[in-house]
Amino acid sequence: MFEATNLNRRNHQIQWLFKVLFGMMTLILIVPVALILGVLVAKGGPAISMEFLFSMPRNGLTEGGILPALIGTMWLVGVALLASVPVGIAAAIYLSEYAPDNWLTRGINLAIINLAGVPSIVHALFGVGAFVVFAGFGASILAASLTLAVMTLPVVIVATRESLQAVPMAFREACWNMGATRWQTIRIVVLPNSVSGILTGIILEVSRTAGETAPIMFTGAAMFLPFLPQGVLDQTMALSMHLFVISNSIPGMSEEFKYGTALVLISLVLLMNALSISFRVYLRGKKKW
Amino acid sequence: MPADVGQPPTKTAMDLDVRGQDWYVDKLVSVLVFVGGISAVVLILGIFVFITKEGVGFVFGPMEVWEFFTSPFWRPTSRTEATYGILALMVGTASVTGLAMLIAVPFSLGAAVFIGEFATGRTRETLKVLVELLAAIPSVVWGFIGLAIMNPLIIETFDVPIGLGILNSGIILGLMAAPIMTTIAEDALKAVPDGYREAAEAMGATKWQVISKVVFPAAKNGLMAAVLLGVGRGFGETMAVLMASGHSINLPTSVFDSVRALTATIAAELGEAPVGSDHYRALFTIGIFLFLITFVINLMADIVIRGGGRKR
Repeated sequence: MFEATNLNRRNHQIQWLFKVLFGMMTLILIVPVALILGVLVAKGGPAISMEFLFSMPRNGLTEGGILPALIGTMWLVGVALLASVPVGIAAAIYLSEYAPDNWLTRGINLAIINLAGVPSIVHALFGVGAFVVFAGFGASILAASLTLAVMTLPVVIVATRESLQAVPMAFREACWNMGATRWQTIRIVVLPNSVSGILTGIILEVSRTAGETAPIMFTGAAMFLPFLPQGVLDQTMALSMHLFVISNSIPGMSEEFKYGTALVLISLVLLMNALSISFRVYLRGKKKW
Repeated sequence: MPADVGQPPTKTAMDLDVRGQDWYVDKLVSVLVFVGGISAVVLILGIFVFITKEGVGFVFGPMEVWEFFTSPFWRPTSRTEATYGILALMVGTASVTGLAMLIAVPFSLGAAVFIGEFATGRTRETLKVLVELLAAIPSVVWGFIGLAIMNPLIIETFDVPIGLGILNSGIILGLMAAPIMTTIAEDALKAVPDGYREAAEAMGATKWQVISKVVFPAAKNGLMAAVLLGVGRGFGETMAVLMASGHSINLPTSVFDSVRALTATIAAELGEAPVGSDHYRALFTIGIFLFLITFVINLMADIVIRGGGRKR
């Protein structure tokens, strides 16, 4: 009585066809990149050694290691975080806890989307115009980090806002009813319940900041410096910039060195991302409400 | 006789309004977070003001608007006759972004549908994480992949002398933009209420019928926004295009031709242009142009998403 008609059968065949088709499309996006990463590991792996990671480059960058680039990237990321995290968290608290639904809030949201969408090279132009020339920092870690901070600000804001909004409204209401002020409620109830989500966002920002090249090219990253940076007004080498430099213009550069540098950079970025993702998954499992 | 008879009450309503330390701290914080809140607006205006400030001397000085947009000759360093035409650069950006979108749009929409609608449980979570990781690969690494892996691959496969060009950078850019578009498109599919799907399934529709007849029309605006944001991303990409496109000024005739993009031009030349020179200012003028175009694309995406929200 309930036998499938030909139409039923055909519809199911069509469904199966599309499922396979879209599944293949997904794989086509993922598999080539996985292969490429495999090549990076295979060709760059042999270059990785203690000497490669922890010594100064020698002989026109073709020998030695990438220490100053690694240290420089840490400087850049550290200073950028110092600038963007407080501002980003404040912005997220405003948007989640204070902002009324009006034109200004809509403007702020549009500005955040645009800040994230403006090409990185335009951020670089801004960094040159505002920090290097106007503020007089010159090409320095400070100028480069501030440029990176402006660029990655949306990452902190969006992640923090999301985790603040995930705290149930009833938590806040209970606190207000005890006579707490708005800030007391945020400090005692909202922030402790969302701190791990905020941390997830910050780790994500670290990975974004470490990988950026264009914004630091003219604001503080140098092609080669024979010493480590001593303060925020020094120029510095950076891992991403180093990869750009050695993959383009250095004669006599060994393949292994290039692949090795690329491997270190991508491992750093993907590790940070994986950390952030697993942290998020762990939190979702632990959630009490 | 009690002492206070005939005296006015000592406490008034004003006295009960105790503005202690907590009150002032609360006010202070609300001002501080407001400053943080408008920082994004201040910064985006700041970006516009600063790049305009540096570029304006060119726009109202040596720039000839018609020549700027229609001349294919970008020769800012010519001693005898410097010309500033960005036509070839615009064509370069458009051809690379166009090819990238030809690859990324169908594949990322397909992947979004598979991850959002067909895949379940563990498969779905794994795929989502993988896509997110792909989106995190830095653009300079993509550029390196273009130079070191794609370049010899294209030379060998198509038997051409140089593998750096539209094809190389288009594929690289497509692979870069696809994960971001997939994520946004999947969010758009997720925003379609489950009730819609259940209603259609209750009528006996197959999964594909539900997707094509119910989910797609309902998520149309979100999907469109995903494509727009992907275009914006491709348009503004700098390092990967700089490294994989060959970077020679050219009106291309085939996909193997080398081109130069607007973004890549700034990245390659800003270091050599003396601060305040015509060349320096012309590069900032390209920056203004890029800023305005991405602003319009983002605004359009925002309007498209909002338009969808109102109708439902």
